[in-house]
This record gives sequence, C-alpha cells and structure tokens, in this order.
Amino acid sequence: MLEWLARLLGSGDHSKDSKDMAKERLRLVLVQDRALLSPGLLEKLKEDIVEVLSKYMEIDEQSLEVNLDSSDESVALVANIPVKSVKRRI
Amino acid sequence: MGKAIVITSGKGGVGKTTAAANIGTGLAQIGKKVCLVDADIGLRNLDVVMGLENRIVYDLIDVVEGYCRVRQAMIKDKRFDTLYLLPAAQTREKDAVNPDQMGKLITELKQDFDYVIIDCPAGIEQGFKNATSGADMAIVVTTPEVSAVRDADRIVGLLEAQELYDPYLVINRLRPDMVRKGDMMNTEDMIDILAIRLLGVVPDDESIIVSTNRGEPAVLDKRSQSGQAFRNIVRRLEGVEVPFMHLENNSMVQRFMRLIGIGGKS
Repeated sequence: MLEWLARLLGSGDHSKDSKDMAKERLRLVLVQDRALLSPGLLEKLKEDIVEVLSKYMEIDEQSLEVNLDSSDESVALVANIPVKSVKRRI
Repeated sequence: MGKAIVITSGKGGVGKTTAAANIGTGLAQIGKKVCLVDADIGLRNLDVVMGLENRIVYDLIDVVEGYCRVRQAMIKDKRFDTLYLLPAAQTREKDAVNPDQMGKLITELKQDFDYVIIDCPAGIEQGFKNATSGADMAIVVTTPEVSAVRDADRIVGLLEAQELYDPYLVINRLRPDMVRKGDMMNTEDMIDILAIRLLGVVPDDESIIVSTNRGEPAVLDKRSQSGQAFRNIVRRLEGVEVPFMHLENNSMVQRFMRLIGIGGKS
C-alpha cells in the first residue's frame, strides 16, 4: 500500500529498468568492439590530432599516446601528447 | 537473375535456421521460385526444420566436388513446387568448400531462382565467409539480449568487410510482456544501437516450437503470430510497405495499472 503510494508520488524506487542497463552496457561494450574492429582507426586518429594541434604547437610525434580506456561506467579517449614548444601568437 | 540473401547472426541459437525456413517458405507461398541453401557444413539443420530430412541423397559438398549436378542434390519441397532445398553435408568439415566455390554455386542458382536464401552457420570463421560469398544482401538475426546484439553489431562490421552493405535486421523472440515491464530491450533500443534498417520483429511464440516439431514452417500457420510476422517480412522483401505489428504498445488499461503501481515498474 505504501509502496504504490510512493510510486504514485514519483518518489521511492528509482532503480533503473533492466532493459536500460542492458542498453547502457551494450553501448559501452560496442565502443570498444567497434574500435577494435579496425586497428587502423587509432593510427588515423593520431595523425589527425597531430595535424590539428600542429597549427598551435610543436608536438613530439614519437611519444604521442592515444588509447581508449574503459572503467565500469564510461569509456574515455585518453591522449598523452608531449609538447615541445608553443608557437608565438602573431 | 534472382537475388541471393544470406541469413546470419554471429551468435548461435538466435533463430537463423528458423528464419531461413520461414522466409524461404513464405516467398514460395506467394509464388516465388526459391532455393534454400544450408551453408552450415557439418551441422545441417535446415532439412529437419523444413521436414525434408528423409529425402536427402546428395549434398552441397557433393555438388562442389563434382559428384553430382546441382539439380540432383536439390530436394523439392513437399508443399510448394517452386521451393527447393540444397542440403549441407553432415559428415564433412567447413573447409571442404571455399568462398570461391560457394560464390560460383550461388551465381549458378540465381539463374534459375527468384531468391536464393543462404542459412549461415554461427561464428565468424570460414563458414561465415563461405555463406556470405555470393550473397547480394544480408539479413542479420538477433534476439533482445546483450550478447546477441553485441554479436550482431560485429557481424554488421564483418559483412561490410565482405562488401555486403546496408543489411536488414530481424529481431527474433521478442516478449511483449517483458518489454512493457521494462525488462527487455525494445525494437527502438536495438535499432538505436545497431543503426541498421529493420525488416521485422518476430514475437516469442510457442507455435514456432510446435511447427519445428512437425517440420512445418510457422509461416504456413494462419493463426500463428510469429507466422504473421514472417509473412510481413516476406512482403517487405518484395517491396510492399507493411506496418509493424503492435507488439510493444501499452493499452490504456496497462498504463493506468502502472500509474497506480500495479503490474510492472515505472
């Protein structure tokens, strides 16, 4: 009785539907799967990052690292980009 | 010149063979000339689902190896004169045939049939490459489960690598009651994730098991809900716009029950 009153008022059990959990988990796992599917993708991404950043600074391309890191709840693109020098603004 | 369609999924047990049997039979039912090809070498099953297991003399490998002509290996269906099955070999391995040979065989069949429906084995190895070689388009079958959808996504990528673009999706074994409660992914969720075009949604239905027991595809059963879903799929393949069955919608009563907290989570 109390339970349905609580639900009626919109408080109480806020646990997600299990289908939302399924969808969320799928979304995360597919980010990794899809990235793994084409090994050339990260390499291409690195090149593009270098190209863009080079407009603003000089980058140590040899020690550039770009990876997809995943924790329990999210996937992150982690880039470690050593900067040699920053261009002077004209 | 007909069209070759491969039915694939990646994951096993999601209903590829059932879908192949029903789509093939459904197309024959509307008068199309159809050849079903069982590409699951070593684990042949399309014959039993079609109820044709007692008529096999030669198989696909016999044809490829030149022991018989393709006409001799094809089995005519009991129900339709325009429906044939080319069975897989049961005692051979998947590498007994290669993608080139399969491609040639499918091209040959396309001369005589409107549709060549290829039942692909589970997995992504040689069997998958054999089954997809020679196909003009692909139907990916999945069920509303995380594992099946994940594998379907991988298969979509691998199909592209085989130059089979823009595949169709069939969602099998959907349980409307669970979708309503929020305990099963709905059609929209899966389309959202996979981003491919939907061909049909087949509800989980006991009549599929009964019809498989009998070797009679459910598409022939006028009262079967899954049969209706497959009849709709067939018409969509033929270019007819058929509205999707209302499997997931809440009725007013159910919405009210949920509002007051009876039956299902919010």
